[in-house]
Amino acid sequence: MSIATTAPDHTHHDSGYSGGLLRWLTTTNHKDIGTLYMTFALLMFFVGGAMILAVRAELFQPGLQMMQPEFFNQLIGVHALVMIFAALMPAATGFANWQIPLMIGAPDMALPRLNNWGFWLLPPAATLLVLPFALALFGIGDGALATGWTMYAPLSVQGGLGVDFAIFAVHLFGISSVMGSINIIVTIFNMRAPGMTMMKLPLFAWGWLITAFLLIATIPVLAGAVTMLLTDRHFGTHFFNAAGGGDPILFQHLFWFFGHPEVYILLLPVWGLIPHVLSTFSRKPVYGYKAQVYAFIAIGLLSVVVWAHHFLTVGLPVPALIYFMFSTMAISLPLAVLFFCWIATMWRGSISFETPMLFAIGFIVLFGIAGLTGLVLADVAADAQYHHSYFVVAHFHYALFTGGIMGVMTGVYYWLPKWTGHMYSETLGKWHFWLTVVSFNLTFMPQFFLGLAGMPRRIPDYALQFAEFNAISTVGSFILGISQLLFAWNIWQCVRGGAKVSGKVWEGADGLEWQLSSPPPHHSWETQPEVK
Amino acid sequence: MNAAPHTHAYYVPQPSLYPFVLSGGMFLLLLGSILAMNGFGAGSWVMLGGSGVIVYVLFGWFGKVIGESQGGSYREWEDKSFRYGMVWFIASEVMFFAAFFGALFYVRTISVPELGNMQAAHGATLWPDFAGTWPSAGPKGAAFTPMAAWGIPAINTALLLSSGVTVTWAHWGLLQNSRRQLSLGLAATVLLGIAFLVLQAYEYHHAYTEMGLTLGAGAYGATFFMLTGFHGFHVTLGAIMLSVILARSMQGHFTADRHFGFEAVTWYWHFVDVVWLLLFVVVYWL
Amino acid sequence: MSCHPVRRLLGLSALVSPLTAAAAYRWSFPEPVTPIAHDTLRIHNEFMLIIIALFVAVFAIMVYSLIKHRKSAGHEAATFTGPNGRLQWFWALVPFAMLMYIDFVLMGVPAVQAIVDMEDTRTRADMVLKVTGMQWRWQYEYPEAGLKFLSSLATPREQINGTAAKGENYLLEVDNEIVLPVGKKVRVLLTSMDVIHTWWVPQFGVKRDAIPGFLRETWLRIDQPGVYRGQCAELCGKDHGFMPVVVRAVPEPEYLAWIDAQKARQSGVAAGAGRAWSKDELMAKGKEVYATLCVACHQPEGKGLPPVFPALAGSKVINSPLLSPEGKLLPDSHPDRVMNGKPGTPMQAFKNTLSDVDLAAVITFERNAFGNTRGDMIQPAQIKALR
Ligand code: HEA
Ligand code: HEA
Ligand code: HEC
Ligand code: CUA
Ligand SMILES: [Cu+2]
Repeated sequence: MSIATTAPDHTHHDSGYSGGLLRWLTTTNHKDIGTLYMTFALLMFFVGGAMILAVRAELFQPGLQMMQPEFFNQLIGVHALVMIFAALMPAATGFANWQIPLMIGAPDMALPRLNNWGFWLLPPAATLLVLPFALALFGIGDGALATGWTMYAPLSVQGGLGVDFAIFAVHLFGISSVMGSINIIVTIFNMRAPGMTMMKLPLFAWGWLITAFLLIATIPVLAGAVTMLLTDRHFGTHFFNAAGGGDPILFQHLFWFFGHPEVYILLLPVWGLIPHVLSTFSRKPVYGYKAQVYAFIAIGLLSVVVWAHHFLTVGLPVPALIYFMFSTMAISLPLAVLFFCWIATMWRGSISFETPMLFAIGFIVLFGIAGLTGLVLADVAADAQYHHSYFVVAHFHYALFTGGIMGVMTGVYYWLPKWTGHMYSETLGKWHFWLTVVSFNLTFMPQFFLGLAGMPRRIPDYALQFAEFNAISTVGSFILGISQLLFAWNIWQCVRGGAKVSGKVWEGADGLEWQLSSPPPHHSWETQPEVK
Repeated sequence: MNAAPHTHAYYVPQPSLYPFVLSGGMFLLLLGSILAMNGFGAGSWVMLGGSGVIVYVLFGWFGKVIGESQGGSYREWEDKSFRYGMVWFIASEVMFFAAFFGALFYVRTISVPELGNMQAAHGATLWPDFAGTWPSAGPKGAAFTPMAAWGIPAINTALLLSSGVTVTWAHWGLLQNSRRQLSLGLAATVLLGIAFLVLQAYEYHHAYTEMGLTLGAGAYGATFFMLTGFHGFHVTLGAIMLSVILARSMQGHFTADRHFGFEAVTWYWHFVDVVWLLLFVVVYWL
Repeated sequence: MSCHPVRRLLGLSALVSPLTAAAAYRWSFPEPVTPIAHDTLRIHNEFMLIIIALFVAVFAIMVYSLIKHRKSAGHEAATFTGPNGRLQWFWALVPFAMLMYIDFVLMGVPAVQAIVDMEDTRTRADMVLKVTGMQWRWQYEYPEAGLKFLSSLATPREQINGTAAKGENYLLEVDNEIVLPVGKKVRVLLTSMDVIHTWWVPQFGVKRDAIPGFLRETWLRIDQPGVYRGQCAELCGKDHGFMPVVVRAVPEPEYLAWIDAQKARQSGVAAGAGRAWSKDELMAKGKEVYATLCVACHQPEGKGLPPVFPALAGSKVINSPLLSPEGKLLPDSHPDRVMNGKPGTPMQAFKNTLSDVDLAAVITFERNAFGNTRGDMIQPAQIKALR
């Protein structure tokens, strides 16, 4: 605890709505809003996980045991949308809210009321997404969207009212993301402490800055795409219908113009926070700060020009195939820079293995698998075989779960003591880590082989030759799911109490946020610190 | 960017229920429209309720912001945040239009020619009688007349361009503290905007009743109406915003050196203007 | 092979001792039988070696550091923050250059060659096979021979629901297989009637989308006789998991014989269209057609799966007049719905896929089954007139 934070003329802040539920509905405080985001994300992670556990149970053995194909299709698509839009993206925004002002010495986010709105758009959006499940029970409609998260036309043109719900859910999620991004960009540009030049900006903030630009560039395109879908469904347009001169593939172009950058949107905040963790637990400064910043920028730029690698089998012309192959492969270069810097940050440090560090290392290794398999997917010649098989499912869970979710867990363990003022249980944390890593691999490693052997994705039932690996995968997924309860329990315990921590929680920690008390005062940095 | 420490604390507004209520209103609006589109009569009522809530919040929220602005809560530091915010908001709008321009580009240069060229490319065809030339409503589309550029659209271009001039003139007025010029300029801009909308409505009516050009007229109709329609919607929003600014100007709001609200709206208006120019070229003209 | 839990446990243990059930675990692509599939497998193997080598190299360095530089071993932290000096820059750029080489030369060049090969559908093609995807079956057409037939899943529902033991080719068997000659270059033209489907046979290394309203191409030349199985690979609705592809590759003479037999069968069917059918004949035939084509959506008892798939039992459409008094097609009548479908819904226009006899039969059947008692019937000749 060092810098005193007084609130000279702001005593009126906490008047009016102070306690109870209203505090959370009305708050303009970045920490409160961050907490809302994180809580919502955790909740939705379990909702999305529960859905897919049902799917995995169905896939435990060949035959239809538990559900009909329609319901199966609804579960996978909603699982993906919930995980991506309601769990991973809000978690990243939660970090941004909590950490960016603390790390750059800002009194709050630049646009606090907008910030509140950004969060409160999420619950209605998530409700729209899952409401059709409930309506179907009352005989209204035929359930949620059954098209997979990609909503490809014309299947989605043909679909029931679940598609309409998903379209509007995507709109609300999108508005929320754009508002959040605007806020983050403005905060970073306008609220930094004196002396904090862009090249002194913490890497986490840099990662988020690029994310925010990508969101602003791509979310509106997705919004446009689903709007066209809506008019094709209800207002007689022919964007995706050959009879009117449209083309179903147009939807894929628009969707993936958003969808591919989206995967970096999901991971850039994580790539930003990992170096902080590595540096802290290696007790050594970040290696190659500038190189990493330039790599972020390069990834951001490249990400918007490679989208068609998601539909290489639709029959693109040869030059397009070759272009998209090479441009996609080029992304491995800035990522190699990041890997190099991460490892060099640890190199010749004084390394200790607290839970956040374990997660960071696990992240690096397992995300490495995702990245390297992504590289072969980019290869058009081989992709014809991998495409829409379980090989892809395995690839992207290595990226989304070990890259995204485990990255978020790294950050949670790292900053939770700062937020709560309490230490979490290291023992539980380590159990959580090892169980997660082992069961994750048990779940998804077999899926690589399933894909190679020829099992298509998005099928509720499969040929006998795929039985063994599917059984293993299902067993793994249940262990994985149950392990996550340890995580929730650990957080709960840490919020409720536990050993008190000092302002500088970790021995090797460096950065403005560690100069504040743990938890930081409700209004921190009202007097901005000077950065030399 | 911000080298020197600020001399005052950043204004962090009090807790507010508006954002939460706004989200609730949007939820109702969307839920209602889903129900309405799928033939549930109650949907329209839910929509109406949602819209009511949204309008209520807009009045309340913006009222509050205007109050804070007049009360002197915002100084340079906050002002700068608003500027950045508005710029990036407009950037996101640009990308929204980009999706539809992209769709137009795609149907014109890829899908329609491909549909017309099938026999040559594959030695077989699904649409034997389709030539694949633009403008097109596709192989199964009904006949229609495309919209010519040099009638109403050209007039509308002139209207919007002049409105860009009048709004700049108003800005000069504000800078020189000539309130009369400010109000006159704004009023002229609003009127030009409204004239634009009236002509566009007439054009739509003509298209639907006499040209066979409808939303359902294949790729041409879809891109034409979605692009011009969303643009018209933005002109409407811009005109409403300008009217608010006009009303505020007449009440003496804004000073020569502090008028972010005014500027934000002019930026928006110029953005709408630029989109129109693009539209005029690629939708009507080429 | 059944799905007994014990067997499942054995399956788990097999991970540890691959010998016990070597056949059940496939670690790589199934055996390739076309030039494209050979290319793909070779490229895949090369890439796997490359990325495994990269993975091992990179993480060996990391693990070395984790062990060597750990605090508990008393390692003191260095303070360097970036490459300084020539030597360090050199070492920092080496991996970069290596990766560049790997990406664009080692992986890129063979890939480009393979792509150009894959997309060359025209050169010296011997025949054309036209594939049309639809919910949820494939239609195959041999334009040169004038042959056309549907190919649907043949696995009985009981096996899927678990009330019967699963057969060897569970979910990978069809009523009408495609027969292709060995050693001939087959140009495959693809399209779809409703949504996007993807035609995929892993052993051919061929996966190509069938897109409604558009044509796509690919090609194959099967080197060995055999039966090859694949599946639809693009989510296409409810029964996406149940639209397999089965190709039987045979020597050319056998193929020609097969073509002749099929043609003879088709002309037999066509002859039947001319004569007047009795109601019992139509009912029997209609029941058959219904069971293969309509049952997926409208269900065995005609109850449908509301709200998407309407019940035919008591359906308004069915229980309305068959034809106008002049014998013309009435809009939204039963024959109209079956022949022309309903655009924008999964109900497709069956006049494109069914013969006059099949249409007449299934319509007659539906009007007099599931408790519908219209009592009337329609003749193949009448259908022909309605087309
Ligand atoms: C966070 C998510 C995430 C991330 C980061 C990535 C990263 C990458 N992805 Fe992935 N991908 C998805 C999520 C993600 N992906 C999803 C969700 C899908 C499926 C969507 C759907 O269809 O539903 C998908 C699908 C997908 C496809 C389409 C497959 C198909 O459907 O046919 C392709 C094809 O090119 C691809 C490629 C790549 C590439 C090249 C990267 C690259 O960014 C990877 C770069 C990283 C590396 C290359 C590793 C770095 C290097 C080292 C380990 C060091 C090496 C060494 C030295 C120093 C010498 N991805
Ligand atoms: C961030 C994204 C994310 C995350 C975290 C996950 C997490 C998981 N995913 Fe997901 N998945 C996707 C994104 C993600 N997925 C996407 C984009 C698709 C493609 C969809 C499509 O094809 O359209 C997909 C598809 C997909 C499939 C393929 C379906 C198919 O093609 O048929 C499978 C199959 O195994 C799968 C499995 C899993 C599993 C086992 C987890 C596990 O990590 C989950 C861990 C489990 C839990 C967290 C559960 C905890 C809950 C409990 C213990 C119960 C308690 C319950 C309550 C309190 C409510 N996923
Ligand atoms: C892919 C799914 C699917 C298949 C296969 C299918 N149908 Fe349908 N059918 C539908 C759908 C969906 C509708 C409802 C269309 C609508 O919205 O009006 C429908 C409607 C009908 C109707 C009108 C019923 C009513 O009350 O509206 C008839 C009759 C019918 N189908 C007959 C058939 C016959 C005969 C076959 C087989 C040769 C068949 N269907 C195969 C999906 C299917
Ligand atoms: Cu057809 Cu999937
Ligand atoms: Cu991608």
